[in-house]
Amino acid sequence: MITSPSASARTGPCPGWLWLNSSIGKKTVVAVTGIALVAFVIGHLLGNFTIFLGPDAINAYGAKLQSLGPLLWVIRLALLGILVAHIYFTMKLWQENNAARPQKYLASNPVGTTVFARTMRLSGLIVLAFVIFHLAHFTVRVVDTSYATMHTMLDGHEVHDVYKMVVTGFSSGPVVFIYIIGLFLLTFHLSHGLSSLFQTFGITNRRIRQNYETAGRVLAWALYVGYISIPVSIYFFGLGKGVLQ
Amino acid sequence: MNFHLKVWRQKDTNAPGTLEEYEAENIPAGASFLEMLDIVNAGLTRKNIEPIQFDSDCREGICGTCSLTINGIPHGKGRGTTCQLYMRKFQDGETITIEPFRADAFPVQRDLVTNRSAFDRVIQAGGYISERTGSAPDANSVPISKVIADQAMDAAACIGCGACAAACPNGSAMLFVSAKVTHLGLLPQGKPEKNRRVLSMVRQMDEEGFGNCSNYYACEAVCPAGVPAAFIGRMNREFTAASVKEMLGMSV
Repeated sequence: MITSPSASARTGPCPGWLWLNSSIGKKTVVAVTGIALVAFVIGHLLGNFTIFLGPDAINAYGAKLQSLGPLLWVIRLALLGILVAHIYFTMKLWQENNAARPQKYLASNPVGTTVFARTMRLSGLIVLAFVIFHLAHFTVRVVDTSYATMHTMLDGHEVHDVYKMVVTGFSSGPVVFIYIIGLFLLTFHLSHGLSSLFQTFGITNRRIRQNYETAGRVLAWALYVGYISIPVSIYFFGLGKGVLQ
Repeated sequence: MNFHLKVWRQKDTNAPGTLEEYEAENIPAGASFLEMLDIVNAGLTRKNIEPIQFDSDCREGICGTCSLTINGIPHGKGRGTTCQLYMRKFQDGETITIEPFRADAFPVQRDLVTNRSAFDRVIQAGGYISERTGSAPDANSVPISKVIADQAMDAAACIGCGACAAACPNGSAMLFVSAKVTHLGLLPQGKPEKNRRVLSMVRQMDEEGFGNCSNYYACEAVCPAGVPAAFIGRMNREFTAASVKEMLGMSV
């Protein structure tokens, strides 16, 4: 008989802990936190699109977010916690996976896998570096400290001039290059991640796998096109040039 | 046909191993890969060199005993086991690298022979049904839909050779375990124990030191029985569902 003590007689670690420490439990945590982060990435992009509605739209959007006050910090800390869990469990899995295959093949021949899947950890870590740069650039504003002093009037209130900051930021070639590369790696990461989570949750069978793999890749590239449309519009097509004079 | 072989030689589990080079000469194109090694070994024995040790049993592709990673691919290129791989699939004069199945849970015993008992212990943890169900029931007395029967049969095709874990860059045995969980969990005889089976087998799998699935699907690409990786998704779902039941204090 497959041994399984009855619920009342169970001793040892609690079932929740066992699940969290199992290989599937850890993978599920990475998938769930990944979904939360992708949801943020989608929401962030929709917010960014207000730049195409003109200075007032994005400045009002920025002012609205700032006006959330404590709630904004709750969201920020929650995102940080999710990110930390995503990375922590990935690193734990990575460590175990390395231990499970200490000796590599001398004649290596990767079959069945994609370059996206094989580079998940690398692309993820580069994306992390990019996110840190992005926060330093537009949130903490230490890359160019003049951003912090950009203000404008909106409906009689003085607000931070997000529009001018973004246009100034993306008028620099090296910065645009960093964003294009950083976002490309995010796309790389999501190309595998978005389809992988269906497998991890078990929403799969032989028939639908091709569909969600394609859908995941399409969404990843759609996000890429959406995100880089902003630096590309500013740097190459002169969006918002007027505010710099 | 002639081949230039690079073969992993290792005295025992703890000894360091190296690739040794051998020539395989006058090999018939119709020889299987294992027969090619037999011919090479006969030559080595004549020269008083210790023959290359490798696993084999039925040599008709059904037992799952033969292994070998050939040019980096478990069981070599193409679908099927090493014993069903014929030398005509290779180019004359080709250099062929032969390594053992690599996974921490499959220690090398000697040369190309690995100890795959970890799979046996995973099976012992729950890869069976506990109740004797009598002799084969009358056909159609237990109705099973064609879809379920086909799926269970596809999972039951697993011969437990270990190529999935050997191909996986993470040394993960998820394809093997998911095949067993799916095969038994889908049919009426195995269903009553499906929750405790998946919990028990996955925990044993982790304990044996197999890695975690990164959804590379290398396992599926090399599986000689064509077991699809969708079964891994199925097992993920069942394991989490069974864990939730356990967390809620339900009997599983």
